[in-house]
Amino acid sequence: MAAGPRLKVPTQAKKGDIIEIKTLMPHIMESGQRKDKDGKTIPRKIINKFTCTFNGKPVFTADMEPAIATNPYLQFFAKVEESGTFKFSWTDDDGTVTSAERKIAVTNKG
Amino acid sequence: MRQLSRREALVFGTSSAALTVVGWSAGVHADPRQAADAIAKFTDGKTAQKGKIALDLPEIAENGSIVPLSVSVDAPMAADNYVSEVLVVAEKNPAPHVVKFNFTPLSGKAAASTRIRLAESQTVTVVAKTSKGEFFTNQKLVKVTVGGCGG
Repeated sequence: MAAGPRLKVPTQAKKGDIIEIKTLMPHIMESGQRKDKDGKTIPRKIINKFTCTFNGKPVFTADMEPAIATNPYLQFFAKVEESGTFKFSWTDDDGTVTSAERKIAVTNKG
Repeated sequence: MRQLSRREALVFGTSSAALTVVGWSAGVHADPRQAADAIAKFTDGKTAQKGKIALDLPEIAENGSIVPLSVSVDAPMAADNYVSEVLVVAEKNPAPHVVKFNFTPLSGKAAASTRIRLAESQTVTVVAKTSKGEFFTNQKLVKVTVGGCGG
């Protein structure tokens, strides 16, 4: 599957809001514990790390193991105090890093 | 042996293929002590207090290869006192460590959801760590109808 990550991030929020972020990365998440039809172990290949930063500061990361299902889905939250950019990254066992970013406009309450 | 009809052959073919795609190899099962070790390493030997964590998992998971998990810790997320890590452990999986979420005060709340694999019916344990070095825990038994373990 060559499709890129899917993201759900609000584009606007009020200062101090806690917003919900949803991500889904198409990936086989091969556990390394399955065997092929010849009895040979299929090598492990998973996304082992997900990170989210906002304006360069860490918001949330996940250290993933083979027990995360195919097409890893993550939902989490972020508190926004200013406008800026979320950056997301997914690291594959083979070292490949897939990145994405989303901007959000934050307005003063009132 | 009588020959399979075309329809039977198709059904047989797809179901075994599905198992292969979904599955972990059979016969690899974790020793529950491995899970206990993973938790002890995380808490540095300290005892985690029960409570403060809402753990949402289905009571019965029809498909062990995709089980929705939500965890939410009822604790402040202030700059000097926040939930920094949440560990998820499945004691009967081939490798008990499932995932570790790392939070910061910018997370706003210590809550996350994902979808996990469970090899068989078992108890899933979550342990949360705060920046002050406190530990909280909760667990839930999930019955798995078809394991994410092939078989």
